[in-house]
Amino acid sequence: MTLILDYDAGNLGSVKRACTEVGLKAEFSADPAAVAQAERIIFPGVGAAGSAMRSLAERGLDVALKRAIANGTPVLGICLGMQVSLEYSEENDTQTLGLIAGRVQRFQLNHPELKIPHMGWNEVRVQQPHPVLAGIEAGDEFYFVHGYYPKPTAPEHVLAVTDYEDDFACALGKDNYVGTQFHPEKSGRVGLRLFENFAKWDGVWQPEGVIHAQ
Amino acid sequence: MLSKRVVACLDVRDGHLAKSVKFVNTQNIGDPIEKAREYYLDGLDELVFYDITASSDKRNIMLDVVESVASQVFIPLSVGGGIRSVADATDLRLAGAEKINVNSAAVARPDLINECSEALGDQNIVLSMDVRRVEANAQQPSGFEIVINGGRKPTGRDALAWALEGEKRGAGELVVNSIDADGTRDGYDIPLTAMIAEAVRIPVIASGGAGLPEHLHDVLTRGKADAALVASMVHYGDYRVSGLKQYLHDQGLKIRMSW
Repeated sequence: MTLILDYDAGNLGSVKRACTEVGLKAEFSADPAAVAQAERIIFPGVGAAGSAMRSLAERGLDVALKRAIANGTPVLGICLGMQVSLEYSEENDTQTLGLIAGRVQRFQLNHPELKIPHMGWNEVRVQQPHPVLAGIEAGDEFYFVHGYYPKPTAPEHVLAVTDYEDDFACALGKDNYVGTQFHPEKSGRVGLRLFENFAKWDGVWQPEGVIHAQ
Repeated sequence: MLSKRVVACLDVRDGHLAKSVKFVNTQNIGDPIEKAREYYLDGLDELVFYDITASSDKRNIMLDVVESVASQVFIPLSVGGGIRSVADATDLRLAGAEKINVNSAAVARPDLINECSEALGDQNIVLSMDVRRVEANAQQPSGFEIVINGGRKPTGRDALAWALEGEKRGAGELVVNSIDADGTRDGYDIPLTAMIAEAVRIPVIASGGAGLPEHLHDVLTRGKADAALVASMVHYGDYRVSGLKQYLHDQGLKIRMSW
């Protein structure tokens, strides 16, 4: 069973509908015990970092999620669900889960015609092969809506980048955790492909050229 | 770099697809769910549903339409028409709408924009404005006036001032619909669109008047719009979404070409 983490962060129906479309059986839950049992976890999110972290903490989901990740459960974070995997977010000056070293920053754009939020379709350029990103080709675009972006410390955690004045990391990966800034559930066929990939992923991944000590 | 978006608008009345000419004489042109799916598979970037159902007892039909479309169409879905409260907006969000369009009710009570944007996130609130040309005067210095109730009722509000107020109140995007151009297929109102797009820092969707591929190109370049909304030109089969996108791409615009 795939669990969609329901921590009151907004419209989760679209994530579930995308799962259904690719034959991935998924249920909403906000129960830490269910998180521990889940075969895989989708961690979506819209809204703000501060309230999301409060909701997670109130329900004991922050601890449960970290434990599940430590135990090897494949986890897919989407948008805010990805952003809170870093250590800190400028949004509401929030300490976040710290699964991946780095921070989340507000876009500071110089070009007057570029708008915030970064909203619409933009190209995702894969930097390191990853089972969940399999099949994404040059020129494939995904749907984005966000005013903040992740800045992971280590390049080995950057799976893909997107250009908005400068390149920013739009997909992150570490061990059995993968997260996207874009919304695969709103990104047409290529987005659905990502859910299909996730449904098949065993949670094993290592960055290229890096050998992890066991 | 972001791609320019091609957005299709489906006017839905009592669960059926309708298309208006200058907002009067709506005619029934088919099943909105079928059309939505067709455009999605043909590369559409975003879909807007406008509920023009007159009677309130039939409004729940729209929730069913949105729900059916959301389970078959995996691109952003924007819904408007008759939204008067955070509760209305929330119902539509739960049915699967990504973005909520507010229009007449926001003109009557501008706090609706703040309330919806606080409750649902500013990126999800679209201020949709129907605009007509007027003689520039003290009350409407931009020469454009906001009209409501499907274009029938003038409000005295200046369109540029209203766009700026909407942005300040928390709208994440604007739909600028020219009722002079609506249904004419003679092209978008370029000066109107450019004036507003240059004044705000949120994305602008141009609406009203699309009849030829060149019109889309014009409004996405000279008109400074982020997205171009089409209706009749695709509903009646004169053009295909993929054909419009190919044209814009060939003209050198950044367009999403793989789907």
